[in-house]
Amino acid sequence: MSKDKTRRVRIALVGNPNTGKTTLFNRLTGARQKIGNYPGVTVEKKSGPWESGGRAFTLVDLPGTYSLAASSPDERVALDFLAGHLDGEEKPDAVVCVVDASNVVRNLFLASQVADLGLPMVIALNMADAADRAGITIDPTLLSRCLGVPVVRMVATKGEGIDALGHAVAQAVDHGALMAQVPWPEAVDRAVKYLAAGLEKEGASLLAPGELRRILFDPRSAVLERAGWPAGSDPAPLLGAARDVLSAAGWHPLSAEALLRYEHLGHLTAAAVSFPEKRRRSPTERLDTVLTHRVWGLAVFVLMMFVVFQSIYRWAGPFMEAIEAVVAHVGELVAPWLAPWPALQSLVVDGVVGGVGGVIIFLPQILILFFFIALLEDTGYMARGAFLMDKMFGWCGLNGKSFVPMLSSYACAIPGVLAARTIEDPRARLTTILASPLMSCSARLPVYTLMIGAFIEPSFGAGLAGGMLFAMHVVGLAVAIPVAWTVNKFVLHTRPQPFLLEMPPYRLPRLRDIFWRMWERAREFLVRAGTVIVAMTIVIWALVYFPRPADVRERVTADLSVLNDNSAIDRAVDAAYLEQSYLARAGRALQPVFDPAGFDWKITVGVLASFPAREVIISTLGTIYGVGHDADEDSDDLRSALTRDFWTHGPRAGHPVFTVPVALAVMVFFALCLQCGATVAVMAKEAGWRWALFGFAYMTALAWLGAVLTFQLGTLWLEWSS
Amino acid sequence: MSGEICPLAAFRAGDRGLVQPGAPEHPAFQRLLAMGLLPGSEVAVIQVAPLGDPIEIEFGGLRLSLRKSDAAAVQVLRLG
Repeated sequence: MSKDKTRRVRIALVGNPNTGKTTLFNRLTGARQKIGNYPGVTVEKKSGPWESGGRAFTLVDLPGTYSLAASSPDERVALDFLAGHLDGEEKPDAVVCVVDASNVVRNLFLASQVADLGLPMVIALNMADAADRAGITIDPTLLSRCLGVPVVRMVATKGEGIDALGHAVAQAVDHGALMAQVPWPEAVDRAVKYLAAGLEKEGASLLAPGELRRILFDPRSAVLERAGWPAGSDPAPLLGAARDVLSAAGWHPLSAEALLRYEHLGHLTAAAVSFPEKRRRSPTERLDTVLTHRVWGLAVFVLMMFVVFQSIYRWAGPFMEAIEAVVAHVGELVAPWLAPWPALQSLVVDGVVGGVGGVIIFLPQILILFFFIALLEDTGYMARGAFLMDKMFGWCGLNGKSFVPMLSSYACAIPGVLAARTIEDPRARLTTILASPLMSCSARLPVYTLMIGAFIEPSFGAGLAGGMLFAMHVVGLAVAIPVAWTVNKFVLHTRPQPFLLEMPPYRLPRLRDIFWRMWERAREFLVRAGTVIVAMTIVIWALVYFPRPADVRERVTADLSVLNDNSAIDRAVDAAYLEQSYLARAGRALQPVFDPAGFDWKITVGVLASFPAREVIISTLGTIYGVGHDADEDSDDLRSALTRDFWTHGPRAGHPVFTVPVALAVMVFFALCLQCGATVAVMAKEAGWRWALFGFAYMTALAWLGAVLTFQLGTLWLEWSS
Repeated sequence: MSGEICPLAAFRAGDRGLVQPGAPEHPAFQRLLAMGLLPGSEVAVIQVAPLGDPIEIEFGGLRLSLRKSDAAAVQVLRLG
């Protein structure tokens, strides 16, 4: 046991899902947690300091798992961490295993596997109040004596048992109490010895018996790799021979462990745990007859999702407007101070203040959505929703839990992508993250409004205009499903996980825990994605602002001096500067790529400029067309300026730039593209830059293809009908 | 029909059965074993989702949502 004073004692927190492990972790570490990812995998790593009874520990929250079989990335991280095989991570000094007091035996299965790795342990018998209500009586002292490790009765949500846990952990660290070992039959020991000899012959490193048993029992054990098994050599003959030892003794190799451990745990707990004679019909069962009913269940689900959607689509609106107003006000306050230095003024006002504003603008939606997600998860309803919806999503590589992220993305992909965290299966999570940004978010609405208002409604009437708006919202979903299927089938190569979802008993959530989760997600977004979003905004700002030769202003002012209208001259100067900016040059250079979609250089510049946020295309077009950067999608000036614009050269010279097919192509492009730096940043933080760039590339390709098809077919239709 | 051995996926809401010995190398079965769905233990199908899949099963006080494709890996002896 390490008694080194310079290093904090490390305690790992393990447990099944739905045991209140995260609540306990939050209680113990408070606001001083560090959240990150384990290297190379998208498994969340949380750790934090914990002081108790004068002792200082570092607590590491391992992913919630049912076993250490390492068949999922979560289990594998947990196993590697506990066995001390994770790069840069030392083996923990002791383990706290959180056990649901209502399901002691099943929860102790994991504890018994952990004990097999030779780690001192404390059992946190959590949610003891719920067990009391169900009539289950547990004697912690007797249980502790039977198991051989301290057992602490706890109600983590109420803070009950926290001090006793600290005391027990300190004891476990000092005295190293180990849980009672499973009396393995002789055949298991013989198979383990055979394995050890075989590994030694291949030059693999020596392993503890507990790790050797993992190799023996698990169909494809990760431990083998960690032991340094030579890459070219096939372990199957050795494993087969070792498992034959079990089979010969009458044990099926793949079920032996579960049978032996459960039998052992049954014996150990028999005296200390007793169940009521007659099982009561729980409130959960009564609720479930309604909430998962084929008619009422679906009705309640639709209603709940409607509320969630409304909350982020509408209720967040006033808060977002308030943030916008404050940001604009701050810009106006700062601007006069920096007036002597126009470039610095523009950098601070449009780049920095605008960029920070572009980050915090997402906070209302994130906070509101995570309030509901925490509520749905903590009450236990999320699992029911996933049960109802799984069939709709399962066939294309998503699962029932994809529903909330996809729906949220209709308001905004930022909270939507963050909501994919609720999906345990990494493959379904990644597919959901890649498909969610295709949902038509509210930032696309200004583009649709401008195009429909200027070109569809005047010629085709309000009815078709409404239909068109609806169609734009359907197109993303219609594309997302085949995209998910394709990504899942051809791009992802990890093994699909079985979708086993525990339906936990319904519980009353605690506001404190819900607010904690909201704050945690918001803070993470600000710190991890916010910095990237601000940086992107500043880069685009620079490309729009520079170069800035003084003679542009002089020339435009001289040309228009007869107008005697200062604001018109200012607008013309802005347009002239934008026209010669680096971004406009890039737009002109890229225009041939977008020519098959009917885009001229101005639309192309609008597309590029809108990368920090899609709706920026409106103010960019406003600037280019000299109606001012504050033009919005309802601006009549902007609409009429668009309809009065003609190609000046090229094959379409003399024809209007904006026609119905062009307007449709612009809408389809924006419906399908990932022209949103904030989403790319969040995807990168959730799934890695590789997948964020993949998402950007495939959506841009789809958007371009969709726009070209729309324009070409629309033009053909126009020719045919005239 | 009572006494018949079939995959768990074939069960309807309300059916009960005993898990049969044998342990196929199927990721879902391995996980169910860890959760306590042992050979010889009793399992019940509580209900089937409105769209026909997944199913909700119960064993040892635990309720789980399970896809039919995964439930196919579990052989059960139907009880009356």
